Order: sequence, then C-alpha cells, then structure tokens
Amino acid sequence: MNNYLVSGLAIATSLALAGCGGSSNNSASTQDTDMDMTPVYEYQVTVVNLTAAQPFSPLAVVLHGSDQMLWRIGEAASDGIEMMAESGDNSVLLDAVAGLPVSAGAGIIMPGTSETVMISTEDMAMMRLTATTMLVNTNDAFAGVNSVDISALANNESMTWYLNTYDAGTEFNSETAASIPGPAGGGEGFSAIRDDVMNKISRHPGLVTQADDSMSALSPWHRFDSIVGKVTVTRMN
Amino acid sequence: MLKSTSTIAALLMSATPLMASAQVIDVKITNLTQGIYFTPILATAHSPEYSLFQAGQMASPELQAMAEGGDIAGLVSIADSIGASSQANPAGGLLAPASYTMVTDWDTGTNTALTVVAMLLPTNDGFVGLNSWTIPEQAGTYTVYLNGYDAGTEANDEIVNGGGMPGAPGIPANPGGNGGMGATGVIAEEVNTMIHIHPGNVGDSDPEGGMSDLDSRIHRWLNPVAKLTVTVK
Repeated sequence: MNNYLVSGLAIATSLALAGCGGSSNNSASTQDTDMDMTPVYEYQVTVVNLTAAQPFSPLAVVLHGSDQMLWRIGEAASDGIEMMAESGDNSVLLDAVAGLPVSAGAGIIMPGTSETVMISTEDMAMMRLTATTMLVNTNDAFAGVNSVDISALANNESMTWYLNTYDAGTEFNSETAASIPGPAGGGEGFSAIRDDVMNKISRHPGLVTQADDSMSALSPWHRFDSIVGKVTVTRMN
Repeated sequence: MLKSTSTIAALLMSATPLMASAQVIDVKITNLTQGIYFTPILATAHSPEYSLFQAGQMASPELQAMAEGGDIAGLVSIADSIGASSQANPAGGLLAPASYTMVTDWDTGTNTALTVVAMLLPTNDGFVGLNSWTIPEQAGTYTVYLNGYDAGTEANDEIVNGGGMPGAPGIPANPGGNGGMGATGVIAEEVNTMIHIHPGNVGDSDPEGGMSDLDSRIHRWLNPVAKLTVTVK
C-alpha cells in the first residue's frame, strides 16, 4: 500500500513538472520535489447527533497544537464560542482560528443523523482536534470534543469520542421562547449581554422543560443527558 | 463501608516495606458544574483493601456526616487509623462551580488506592465521590471523571434550613444565594437507604414557596460533576 502511494506520488510529480513548460530549472524542480514529498495528513470526521430532539448547528472542526484550546472549563467563553453557543453561528469562531486547518459543516445535523467532513494538515504539530456545535433548542448549550489527540492514528485507523455537553456561561438558562433560537423557541439567538449564573464555561446542568416548570417553552423530549453525540475520526492516508 | 480491624491494619503496616515503592503524584480536582459547590474535600491514598464508601452499601456515620453537613473530620480519623496518606481540605473551604484545586508533590507512600469525597452543596446528602481508584504505577497523566452520589441517609426535601447535622432534615446552606425560601418540600422520606447515584436536584423557579428552595435552572447537574487529573511522577 505504501509503495503504491509513493510511486503514485512520483508519477504525479513528474506530470506536474512536465506541465510547467520550459521555464523551470533544476533548482526549481528540486524545490517542487521537496514540497511534493511533504506528507499531508488527511482525516475524515463524522459527527452523529444522538439526542432525541436537539438539532446541531453547523459544525466547526479545527486542528491545532497541544498548547491550544478553543474553550476551557472555568474560563470565560471567547466571543466565538458565545456566538455559536447562543445562536448556532460559528463564523466568529472560525474567523478566530483562520490560520489553522479548519472545516465547517454544511448545515444543521438533525437528531438521528450524521455529517462527515474532511480536514487535513501538513503539520505534525497540529494533531489536536476540536469539533463543536450548538444544541439549538437551548439558551447557550454547546457540545464538543475538546483538543483530543489524533497523532497516534495510522492510515485507515479510527478513534471515537462522545460529545460532552457544555454551558457557555453567557446566557441564563431561562428556557423562554424569546431566548431559544431553535425551532422549539424561534426567539433571539445572540445577545452581547452576559447574564448567566457566572461568566464561566461549565458542564451543562440539563434542561428543566414544561414537564417540571410551566415557565419553560421547551418540551420533555428536548432534554438531554451528558452525552449528546459521537465523533469518529479516521486517518485517510 | 470501612472493613478494617486494627489487627488487619497492623498487619498491613508491617507488610509495607515489601510492597511497591512510594509514588509521588499531583492531583487536580475540577468542579465541572454550573451551580453546585463542593464542601471541604478529602483526598486520601490508602491500601486497596479499604473503602470509605461503596454504592449499594449503607453509609458509615462518618460518611453521613460528610454528605449531610460537609464535615470530613470523621473520615480523616478513619483514614489516619488505617495508615492512609490524606489531603484534607486542599481547596481551603468551598470549591466553587467551574473552579479547581491542586495537590502537588503528594508522596502517597505505599498506598495505592485513591479515594476522593466532598459534599455537593446545595443538596441534602449528595456527595462527589471516587472510591478506591488504583493509582497507576507508570508515570503519566490520567483523567478520571467523578459522579454525584446520594448517601441514602436523608430525604431530598430541598429545603434550605441550616440542617447539616447527621439526621437533621434539610440543606445546611445555599452558598450561591441564588435559590428561594419557604418551600413545602420535594419528598419527605429517603426512598433508597443505600448509597446510590444521586437522582439530581429538582428545584423550581418560585423564590418564595413552591416545593423546593433550589432553582431548577441553576441547581441541577448532569454527571460527571468533577474531573480528576492525576499525574504520576
């Protein structure tokens, strides 16, 4: 398998050089060869929504170094995490990591369905993976795997993690329709005001719903446990 | 439940020179919840023959005192009596939600099992627990997630009335000050008198009455409630 890949790369390189025309000299072709020999680590990332009735907002998947984290329990949420966790919009979060290998999901992942995205890097130091999404029928709940180490994956190997549920700590869990952006509320998404119990990320305490309190716009089936999804990462080459 | 006798303890202590070499560890304890405090923590390394608590068993009076009122003195005495190496109250009081505390360069001696307990506040008799976890021999960093247990010794009435002594009904305090008062009570009797996974707080959103003095939007939790990061040196 490895031999086949190497020879395939060699053919691709010679074709590319042949296509360059007569302008390239020896030193340039040496450089090209070096660049083509740089391995690209490609990964397939599949996220499954395991909830009863919590659509996932579009995914944000990032590869980064071991010294980086997109969020930490006990710290205030970044503006990007706040925006995603309150409204499902991951654009601010993706802008904040623009220099890193990123992959954005194509759309909403409904309960019981999954989405697969690809992500790749040439940098051996970028072997931590973070994937995150909002549970849209909540005030500021988000789910994710946070800086998991994928450096040990060999070709065609997979690793699986469950998605934990976090509270961004940026919006009080009022559960009113006006504050829930998902279809269960149809209300406001992002608000710059931070009015949660504390301005810190924690694990999510869970939902109350109308089953326990009439003040909630949510229904019993919107509840979730500490695990809401699954992510499988497969190295492709 | 404590299963020791002084004879067994003496035998174990005399045998210790033959056992594994001493281990030095760092322990980071993170409160993962949004609205639940940990009362003074007891982290103790002991011989694996012992357990300070076991799910499905009845709580000892010492465990009850910790779970109902946050008093770890009785459990510390037990740990001392079995030759354990203990870290009592490493956070210096309450460990707030989404906060952590560290124990560094802890020489556990020949004790190879780690137990961690602290009361969950505000609850009636809830506690975060790790029971006799084997400390790895190989150097490295290990992560353990801890669940919330119910001591099974008091009804979860969710009335904050200062009742923290063993046997006294009610919750001793709500440190966040973010609940209600004047509740009628969620339940009057403990339904399972053995130690079990805590069913969670119920709460309500009525600050001046209702069935609970706790807030359903703040004082619930989903397990795990704590994360332990153990670094074996």
